[in-house]
Amino acid sequence: MAERFTKSMARNIYLGGSTFFILLFLVLTFDTQSRAMPERDNRDQLTEEVVRGKHVWENNNCVGCHSLMGEGAYFAPELANVFDRRGGADSEVFKAYMNAWMNAMPTNVPGRRQMPQFNLTDQEINDLSSFLEWTSKIDDNGWPPNIEG
Amino acid sequence: MKYESQRVAMPYFIFALVLFAGQIVFGLVLGMQYVVGDFLFPEIPFNVARMVHTNLLIVWLLFGFMGATYYLVPEEAQTELYSPLLAWILFWVFAVAGTLTILGYLFVDYATLADVTMNKLLPTMGREFLEQPTITKIGIALVVVGFLFNIMMTALKGRKTVVNIVLITGLIGLAVLWLFSFYNPSNLTTDKYFWWFVVHLWVEGVWELIMAAILAYVLIKITGVDREVIEKWLYIIIAMALITGIIGTGHHFFWIGPPEYWLWLGSVFSALEPLPFFMMVLFAFTMINRRKRNHPNKAAMLWAMGTAVMAFLGAGVWGFLHTLAPVNYYTHGTQLTAAHGHMAFYGAYVMIVLTIISYAMPIMRGRPYGNSNTAQVVEMWGFWLMTISMVFITLFLTGAGILQIWLQRIPDSGEALSFMATQDNIALFYWARMIAGCFFMAGLVVYFGSFFIKGQASFDEEVRGAAIQDA
Repeated sequence: MAERFTKSMARNIYLGGSTFFILLFLVLTFDTQSRAMPERDNRDQLTEEVVRGKHVWENNNCVGCHSLMGEGAYFAPELANVFDRRGGADSEVFKAYMNAWMNAMPTNVPGRRQMPQFNLTDQEINDLSSFLEWTSKIDDNGWPPNIEG
Repeated sequence: MKYESQRVAMPYFIFALVLFAGQIVFGLVLGMQYVVGDFLFPEIPFNVARMVHTNLLIVWLLFGFMGATYYLVPEEAQTELYSPLLAWILFWVFAVAGTLTILGYLFVDYATLADVTMNKLLPTMGREFLEQPTITKIGIALVVVGFLFNIMMTALKGRKTVVNIVLITGLIGLAVLWLFSFYNPSNLTTDKYFWWFVVHLWVEGVWELIMAAILAYVLIKITGVDREVIEKWLYIIIAMALITGIIGTGHHFFWIGPPEYWLWLGSVFSALEPLPFFMMVLFAFTMINRRKRNHPNKAAMLWAMGTAVMAFLGAGVWGFLHTLAPVNYYTHGTQLTAAHGHMAFYGAYVMIVLTIISYAMPIMRGRPYGNSNTAQVVEMWGFWLMTISMVFITLFLTGAGILQIWLQRIPDSGEALSFMATQDNIALFYWARMIAGCFFMAGLVVYFGSFFIKGQASFDEEVRGAAIQDA
């Protein structure tokens, strides 16, 4: 670097630049969280059941194999749109599907990827289903590209 | 080594390397499960092995960063460490807590683990990379606070160099952002948004400060280039890192709920994120070209160049590949993400820790000019085996990812293959990745072997330029 460009100039770019962008990030975060999100995350439907379902999701480390809105592990199918894919976007159909699925695990087909048996109660499966249904209705800019997730 | 208390870095480095080996073992288990689905099922389900793999990585890198800090801060400040005893106590606390957590993952069912650690009181578990029981998270926070106290007391009583200031700024950032791991709102979109405050702002933010500071320190030591020049580079690199990386967080906000303006902000700023890594390559190579001495520890020099190049490729190039929103729409959450993750973590953070270990470990073992030539040659074999294997792991996962996108993401609903059918179709790439993973393991064994070769380099091997007596 040219001699004219001194260390203190470099330091000022660092301090000024990072301060500016930290502040900008905080402003954008405020805008996103307080203005934009309430209209995008259907929080009016965030019921007790959905909240309990999120805890079922977390307590069994579902994200250790599956992805949810594209985040998580890539070993098992995406689940943010499983309500549409497997439930036909119908609550009752989806809950029946989830009940059958969760109780049928593991398949024990040799050589196939196995999902453990989590021994969830009917209530827990119901809550988990509600959580996944609520998740499927978040405005996520039209992701994923198709039903397969 | 100028100060006796620097030696407390030793247990940190050794334990980091032990955990590194554990991480690779579980990486192989996961690789195997990708091709033989029921491998080790139900004893070690995929989610457990993955949790062990990623958590070991995070914990061993933290051990590495702490070791690096204990080693370099006293020397930069020209004073003994404030409290070596505290450093030892925290070492054992962190090592025991970390080990217990990993054993908990392996031997206790996760839901039971959540139950017995009273996750209900402050639910933080079950989120990617933040799977640790809440009590472990609190433990990490306390260890980091004690560590920062020790380091700041040391730095404040001595010489205040730019390397120390930048390193400590990065570590404070690490500690502060960790607090977001305790925030787990019941609204998934809010949860995800602030989850990235830990994950992204660590690896594409404050960790870059830590990495750049350690690299600068090693370059000062092995090239003998004037500190003023190196510090100027350091400031510019971290300026670029934060200017691009903070708003660059937006590339994670595309598809998890936040509004559309993030599509633009995330794309533009994260497209610039390769810049600081490119500058690190220029930095390392320019300093080494202009070196005023030929340090006999050539292995350390190789690691320093290697970390810059691989970080640029893994974090920079592979990150850019899928960071633009129209591209990411198709690539998000595919094996392409895994490809990027592997090379970026290896290049930037694994290799920077191995760089400082390569430089500092011989000195702490009473070999001020480095290991013997034989040991260095073996270490360099380890370097090339691991690095080339990682390149292949990345290439195979990239192949798997592209094919996955082609089969599963691009066709319309009804024509696209399902996730599981796609996985069957790309199994060949997973087999190839598995083989590359075995070579990585072999490289690690060779690398470990280099530590057991006796002898040391001598002062006479410093062939050119004005040698500085202190190593």
